Amino acid sequence: MSDILRIRDLRVATAEGVELLHGVSLDLEKGEILGLIGESGAGKSTIGLASMGYGRGGCRITGGTIELAGKDLASASRPEREAVRGARIAYVAQSAAAAFNPAHRLERQIIEGPLRHGLMTAPEARAWMIELFTALGLPEPETFGRRYPHQVSGGQLQRAMVAMAMSCKPDILVLDEPTTALDVTTQIEVLLLLRETIRKYGTSALYITHDLAVIAQVADRLMVLRHGAEVETGTTEQILSAPREEYTQRLVSERQASLNAEAGAHHRTGEEILRVDHVSAAYGRTPVLHDVDLSVKRGETVAIVGESGSGKSTLARLVSGLLAPSAGQVRFDGEALPESYRKRSPDLLRRIQLIYQLPDVALNPRQTVGETIGRPLETFRGLKGRAQRNEVARLLEMIGLPVEMAARLPGALSGGQKQRVCIARALAAEPDLMICDEVTSALDPLVAEDILRLLRKLQDELGMTYLFITHDLSVVRRLADRTVVMQKGRIVEEADTATLFEAPRDPYTRRLLDSVPQLDRGWLDKVLAARAS
Amino acid sequence: MSRLSNIPLTGWIGMALIAANAILFLFGPMLAPFGQEEIVGMPFDMPQPGHPLGFDQNGRDMLSRLLYGAQMSIGISLAAVCLSFAVGVPLGILAAIRGGWLDLVLSRVVDTVMSIPVLISALVVLQALGSSLPVLIVTIALLDSTRVFRLARLVAQGINVMEYAEVARLRGEGLGWMIRREILPNALPPLVAEFGMRFCFTFLFVAGLSYLGLGVQPPFADWGGMVRDNQQGILYGLYAPLFPAAAIALVTIGVNLTVDWLLAGHTTVQGDNR
Repeated sequence: MSDILRIRDLRVATAEGVELLHGVSLDLEKGEILGLIGESGAGKSTIGLASMGYGRGGCRITGGTIELAGKDLASASRPEREAVRGARIAYVAQSAAAAFNPAHRLERQIIEGPLRHGLMTAPEARAWMIELFTALGLPEPETFGRRYPHQVSGGQLQRAMVAMAMSCKPDILVLDEPTTALDVTTQIEVLLLLRETIRKYGTSALYITHDLAVIAQVADRLMVLRHGAEVETGTTEQILSAPREEYTQRLVSERQASLNAEAGAHHRTGEEILRVDHVSAAYGRTPVLHDVDLSVKRGETVAIVGESGSGKSTLARLVSGLLAPSAGQVRFDGEALPESYRKRSPDLLRRIQLIYQLPDVALNPRQTVGETIGRPLETFRGLKGRAQRNEVARLLEMIGLPVEMAARLPGALSGGQKQRVCIARALAAEPDLMICDEVTSALDPLVAEDILRLLRKLQDELGMTYLFITHDLSVVRRLADRTVVMQKGRIVEEADTATLFEAPRDPYTRRLLDSVPQLDRGWLDKVLAARAS
Repeated sequence: MSRLSNIPLTGWIGMALIAANAILFLFGPMLAPFGQEEIVGMPFDMPQPGHPLGFDQNGRDMLSRLLYGAQMSIGISLAAVCLSFAVGVPLGILAAIRGGWLDLVLSRVVDTVMSIPVLISALVVLQALGSSLPVLIVTIALLDSTRVFRLARLVAQGINVMEYAEVARLRGEGLGWMIRREILPNALPPLVAEFGMRFCFTFLFVAGLSYLGLGVQPPFADWGGMVRDNQQGILYGLYAPLFPAAAIALVTIGVNLTVDWLLAGHTTVQGDNR
C-alpha cells in the first residue's frame, strides 16, 4: 500500500446543511500528480481543503475518512490536524497576492512553517528555502527572500508561494488553480518549474484546475468532478483520448474545438464606424497607451489581445468615454467623439455599449432582471409600461432566458445567466458598437462557449459590431475577423485573424501563440525542446 | 432577510424591548395614572399600593413620570436621528458621486466639526441659544449628521465604483436616479445598522445633556433628567433614581441586541451578490 492519501466516501456540508460533496473517494500514490477538474461549484477546492482536514467558511466534514499515511484526519482532533497541515500536506492558492502578508518579507513567511512545526532550525530552513528558490528558477535565490511581496512579479510570487508550501518538505501539495491568475506567457514558465520541482522532490500533488489543457501537461491521472460527485477517473491519456462519460466528452471536445477551430471569421463589413486615431493615454503620470491606431468597420469583430497591463481595457474605457486621451482622437461614425461620456449626447451614449468581465458586479443586486433591462429601454427608446414589458420579454427570449426571469433578482441567477442579462441590457439600447471586455473569462468553459455562441448569433441576426477585448486566444480564433495584439500599451501586430494565427510576424505574437497550452500530453515538453534548440 | 425561525433569542429579546418602548412612546401619557407635574405624595416616599414605583424628589408619582418621560426621551432621540440621517445620507452620497471640490469642502467641514468633542459643541450651542426642544433636536441632529455623512460617503464610494453604477452613468442617468436607485438600495444594510446605533448614542446623549441641566427643561419629565433630579436619593439608599436609569438601560440594550442581530451575517456591503 503505497497510497499516501486515501479518501473514502468524503462528504462535506455547509453550515446550513447543504451538502457540497456527495461521497467522493480517491487515492494518491507517492510521487503521483492527480488532477481534479470540473467547473465552478463542482467541489474541487472543497476536496483540496478537506484533504487537509479543513472546511472553508463554516463547511464541515460530515462523513467519510481522509487517511494521510494511514492516519484518519476526519476523526482527528484539532491539534492533530494542525500538526499535519503545512508539515505533511501543504496548500498553494490561486492568488498568491492574497496569500502573502504584504507587511512582511517573503523569507519570514516562507520559513515560518518549518520553524513553527519545529522541523528545522532557522539556518536549515533558510538553506532549504534558497535551494527551493533555485529549483523554482527565481532570480538571485540568495537574496530573493528579502523582498516584500509587492516587489516581485505575479509569476514570481506564485513560485514563492510554491516555495512556502514546500518549506516543510510535505508529502502532498494541494495546488488550487496555481496558474489561472497568470498571463499565458507566465503560466507556461510557472507550470514548467512547478512540474520539475514536484518531480525532483518526489512530492505527491492534488492539482485543481478547470483547464484541461493545463492539467494535461502535469497530471498522471485525472478525476473529473461535477456537482460535488465524481464523473470519472482515469489516466490522463485515457481521459483525453477516450473519455467514457458524456460530460467528460463534452469537456474534451469543447476544449479541442476551441483550440483547433478554423481561425478567423469573415463578416460582410460596411463603412468604418470607429477610428482610434493615434491615441495616447495615461493614468495620472503613468502612460498606459502609446500612439494607438485602430479602425473598426460596421458588422465586423475586431479582437484586441494582450496580457494584463497591455492597455487593452484602457482602450475600452477610452472609447466609452470613461478616460480622456492625452493625445489623439477617437472618431465614431465619421465624427469626433467627445472625450468624456458626460459631454456625449444620449443618442451617442446609446450607440456604444459595454459588456463587462464580471457579471456579478455589473448588475445592480437590488434591481430585478426586468428593471435592469427595462431602464435602458426607457431612457434610450422611451418605452414605458406595456410596451417596455413586451420588449423585455422579446430581449429575454433573444438571449435564451425564460420570460419569468424578469421578476428575479441577480442573486438568484447563475454566472452565465447574469452575463446573458448584461448582454440583453446592452442590446436594449440597440447599439451600433458593443465593447466586450473579457466577457467570458470569469465563466466556466462550457458556459463561456454558450455565451460566445449567443454573441455570434446576435451578430448574424443583427449585424452587430464587436470590439472584443480578451487575453484568451482561443476565443479570438473563433470569433474575430481581425486581431490586434497589444503589448505594454502599444499595438505590436494587426492582421486578419487567420493570417495572424498562421503566420505571426511579431516575435511577441509568436510567443503568445506558442504559450497557449494544447490538449496534448507532450506539449510542454515540446515547448521545452523548442526553446532549448 | 432571515426566516423567523432563524432569529436568535437575543434578537427576540431586543425586538420585545423595542416593541415595549414603542408602546410606551405611543400611549405612555394615556397609561399614566397621574399627571407629570402632579404632586401626590411625600418626596422620595417608598413604593406603595397605587404608586408601584414610589415617588420622586418632589413627591410626584414615579411611574407616571416614567410614562410621560418615555414620549419625551424617545421622541427627541428619534426626531434627532431621523433628521441627522435626512441630512447626512444625501450629502454623503452626493459627495461620493460628485467628488472633487464639493467632496473636499463637505468632508473638511465635517472633519472640523468632528474634531471638537460633541458634548462641548452641544453645550456651547445650547448655552448660546437656550435649551428649547427644537434647538435641542436640531443641534443634536446636525452634530450627529457628521458621523452619518462619513459612513454614507464611504459606503457610497464603494458602490459608486461598481460596474453597475458605471453602466448607469454611461446611460446618462441623473443624480436623482443614481442616489435613489443605484446607490441607496445597496447602501441600506450598513445604514440601517448605523441608524440603530445612532439612536442608542443619541438617547444616551440626551440623557447626558438632561443630566447636566441643558436637555429637557422641567417640569417636563425625561429619563435622563429624572436620574439627575433623583440623584441625591442614592445617598439615602433609595430606589428612586434607579427606575429611570433602568429604563434608559433597557432601551439601549434592546436596540443594541436588535442591531447586533441585524448586522450578523449582513456585514458585506456594496451589493456583493455572489
